[in-house]
Amino acid sequence: MIDKRVPDLAAAVAGIKNGATVLCGGFGAVGEPIALTEALLDLGIRDLTIVANNAGTGEIGIARLINEGRVRKVICSYPRTTDPRAFEAAYKAGRIELELVPQGTLSERLRAAGAGIGGFYTPTAAGTRLAEGKETRVLDGKTYVLEKPLKGDVALIAAYKSDRWGNLVYRKSARSFNPVMAPAADMTVVQVKMIVDLGSLDPEAIVTPGIFVDRVVMVR
Amino acid sequence: MQPLSRRQMAWRAAQDLPEGAYVNLGIGLPTLCGDYIPPGREIVFHSENGVLGTGPAPKKGEEDSDLINAGKQLVTLVPGGSYFHHNDAFLMIRGGHIDIALLGAFEVSEKGDLANWITNDPTATPGVGGAMDLAAGAKEVRVLVEHITKEGEPRLKKVCTYPLTAPGCVKRIYTNFAVIDVTPDGLVVREMADGLDLAALQKLTEPRLTLANDWKKLTAPAM
Repeated sequence: MIDKRVPDLAAAVAGIKNGATVLCGGFGAVGEPIALTEALLDLGIRDLTIVANNAGTGEIGIARLINEGRVRKVICSYPRTTDPRAFEAAYKAGRIELELVPQGTLSERLRAAGAGIGGFYTPTAAGTRLAEGKETRVLDGKTYVLEKPLKGDVALIAAYKSDRWGNLVYRKSARSFNPVMAPAADMTVVQVKMIVDLGSLDPEAIVTPGIFVDRVVMVR
Repeated sequence: MQPLSRRQMAWRAAQDLPEGAYVNLGIGLPTLCGDYIPPGREIVFHSENGVLGTGPAPKKGEEDSDLINAGKQLVTLVPGGSYFHHNDAFLMIRGGHIDIALLGAFEVSEKGDLANWITNDPTATPGVGGAMDLAAGAKEVRVLVEHITKEGEPRLKKVCTYPLTAPGCVKRIYTNFAVIDVTPDGLVVREMADGLDLAALQKLTEPRLTLANDWKKLTAPAM
């Protein structure tokens, strides 16, 4: 029987190692897998590379990992989000590395990793500082920048409902990066608000099919 | 001289959004445009975090913490609105499906180069968000920007002094003093605030301005 449910947060994040590249879903704190992210603290791991749209809000989730000195590098589009004090303090003190990626390029790099694509040419950032050092190519008269896939060792994502197969549905704008990251890591762990019986999710409404999911934990 | 207030600038830009357009509003000043769509005109607002059809801020007691816009403000969904993931949100942007992106700016050049993501302050934390995707991918980019800085420096430049968001992308500029089009022949003034003439506006602008033959007075209702 396929059963991806795990009993608690410790089981959900078990085995994640020092130096891991961790994809964290959401947009700001909406759709951010805060409980899973904070569960990494109890593992005692450090030197993490966090991939997310933002770099933590207030003192929760990614911000808490940064405050506890667990994060070596952040790959994100917009660290200056609502209440970015944890990242800003670490960045100004030189304790954290930042790789800034345009948001659509970040999303497409994650998609490429999940889709087995070796890279892609995007018009975004052509002619700007963020394209420096990257291969560019003129195709049909337009300049494009070569971007490479961005794969995680683990993806931590948040969804609304799941079943024991790991099929996921989301709620409103809490969807954002979560379905993009689910296929883009070696292991994908999901925190959900509720777990329902297999067969009770509308197949037409499942956004992330369970094939992309390894572990599901319920966090109320 | 009677420059427009920030809300009046947003009102002015909103009047030009055509019926049926899919529009992305940048964070800050452009977001205010959503409040000033002329009655009866149907416009669909796109939010980069996966919403088509964002509506106004929710009434007290009807807030939903899972429904925000790109500026991370609580919003509502209009009837007919939809949710999707980030890849589709940026497919819409990069693939040329967004008719108009209304963005803020630090500087705009006479060639329509846009600088709106980073200054030259090395101590500031940089952030790009969706700005480069919108600038490169929307069918048309329009900018809302105060004409001069607090220090009185022009924000319309011959060449941007800040790093670019995208070269040559801006088609129209709404400022508190004027409405200006970026054309192959340079910047053309379509509207000017009451009490300004071209010479006075030129003093506040770095590149050469041309006055359109059919130029109008820039006005907006009191608010």
